[in-house]
Amino acid sequence: MRKAFNKELLEIAKKDPRVFMILADIGYGEIEDFANTFPDRFINCGVAEQNMTGVACGVAMEGNIAITYSIANFPTLRCLEQVRNDVCYHNANVKIIIIGGGMAYGELGISHHSTEDIAIMRSLPNMVVLAPCDIPEAVALTREMMKYEGPVYFRCGYKGEPDIHSGPIEAKIGGSAQIRDGKDATVFFAGTVGINAKKAVEQLAAEGINCRLVSLYSIKPIDKEAIIRAAKETGGIVVLEEHNIDGGVGSAVAEVLMDSGNGNVPFKRLAMPDVNATKVGCQAWMREQYGLGTADVINAVKNMVK
Amino acid sequence: MNSQALQFCAELAQKTRIHCLKMVNKGKSGHIGSMLSMADMLPVIYTQILNVDPKDPKKADRDRFILSKGHGGAALLSVLAELGFFPLDWLDQYYCDNGKLSGHISHHIPGVEFSTGSLGHGLPVACGMAMAAKQAGKKHRIFCLSSDGDLNEGSSWEAIMLAGQHHYDNLIMLVDYNRLQALGKSKDIIDLESLSEKLKLFGWAVREADGHDQMAVYESLRDLPLVNGKPTAVIYHTVKGKGVSFMENEYKWHYGGLTDELLAEALKEVEAAK
Repeated sequence: MRKAFNKELLEIAKKDPRVFMILADIGYGEIEDFANTFPDRFINCGVAEQNMTGVACGVAMEGNIAITYSIANFPTLRCLEQVRNDVCYHNANVKIIIIGGGMAYGELGISHHSTEDIAIMRSLPNMVVLAPCDIPEAVALTREMMKYEGPVYFRCGYKGEPDIHSGPIEAKIGGSAQIRDGKDATVFFAGTVGINAKKAVEQLAAEGINCRLVSLYSIKPIDKEAIIRAAKETGGIVVLEEHNIDGGVGSAVAEVLMDSGNGNVPFKRLAMPDVNATKVGCQAWMREQYGLGTADVINAVKNMVK
Repeated sequence: MNSQALQFCAELAQKTRIHCLKMVNKGKSGHIGSMLSMADMLPVIYTQILNVDPKDPKKADRDRFILSKGHGGAALLSVLAELGFFPLDWLDQYYCDNGKLSGHISHHIPGVEFSTGSLGHGLPVACGMAMAAKQAGKKHRIFCLSSDGDLNEGSSWEAIMLAGQHHYDNLIMLVDYNRLQALGKSKDIIDLESLSEKLKLFGWAVREADGHDQMAVYESLRDLPLVNGKPTAVIYHTVKGKGVSFMENEYKWHYGGLTDELLAEALKEVEAAK
């Protein structure tokens, strides 16, 4: 997915001279085309994420679109105060891209797991939070993000993720993507972990349980209407995310349900337990270990519809 | 700077001190020492050096001025109000319920380029502005006023390294170097000496001046950049609490509150200094 993002960004930057890329010495093998094509709109700040974010804010305040780009928590938590005070308070046109949302860098350990980012980023005023699940969503959301004036957090995947959509899609900030329809329950998800939701829904369908499957790629603003509709039209709601259970997409969906008077719908969050992930393994294995596997989705739906 | 301009700057510094003392007393706030420390340099910078227009605070070719030591914001607000960026009576609405002006400066106030308050934020943003201005071939300059405490922050040094690396000679760091910080002498907490030598080693052109001698402040900034191809740093030797004898060089006036009695005593001294 990172390759698709960088390709799309390069195409946009060819047409829009306001696009700058501000790095902190991360991006080997991916960012060279931008750096070589636009050397005067590219800067590597060195391993210094606070400075990267401040520089991006200054570049944006001079009338540009500044991209910061790094792994997991480096462009968010490492420099959270710069994101809050500089970028969000000034509503600066800065796009914060992480590569490897969730446990994409599973074997590297907890320093490289981005599993609290959604809760933190969505609590910042002015911040838009996007999490594409596959390449079609990543391409569509990159275009939307670059059209939008203001701070955006873009939780990109890593590499080799299977597509969930069958082809190119249109996406919009505040929207969602329904992948299949069903009445028995709705499975919402955000991000690349959605592949497990898709597999689960397909297996459930083979057993006669028909689920609606929806990608909540725009976590803030969130598609309230799609959530309320699911509560009214389907038998229950399961939310799958690769994130700590506190404050993420499941929490955001629950907030919409409670605030809209739909708190009585059967509801289950599938998210990382509130622990530091000390197991070592690849992303797919780690998902199974921490309750985000295909079987976990199937069990959650079956418990709800039985 | 002719004698008339110098006289204007001296009077503006005195008015700034009076405003700050009254604002801090009324708001029961702190940081008066930090405000008085830069009360002499700001009038010179704003009336003699910066290309800014109170009638058009957002004009495209303005010089950018970022106050990274945002806790001393009342001094900048006083100067901006006196120069007509916003009405003087807004100063009466500082640090109070439904007030116009917060304790740390906000970009929502005309003339304030950037909101600060947490240290170490100014220089990175100034670097970004310098990079973008150079890329676009624009001639405006970016000034950032830093301090002892501001230079404790790692992010300030990240920006110092970057500016030297990339030769941002449209960037000027001013240091209000009073050698005190919140809990004591900088020498005993984080000794920045030799600041001048450190900055030179990081690729900056450095000059030092007396931050309370307004002609010296003017002379220090009239021929920027000091060296083509290098960012400029001007270290102003200053006295925290300058102008009020019981505050001078006393670190407790980083936070200390100003009672009505102490306000009267301080005002008497500042007003007599005409």
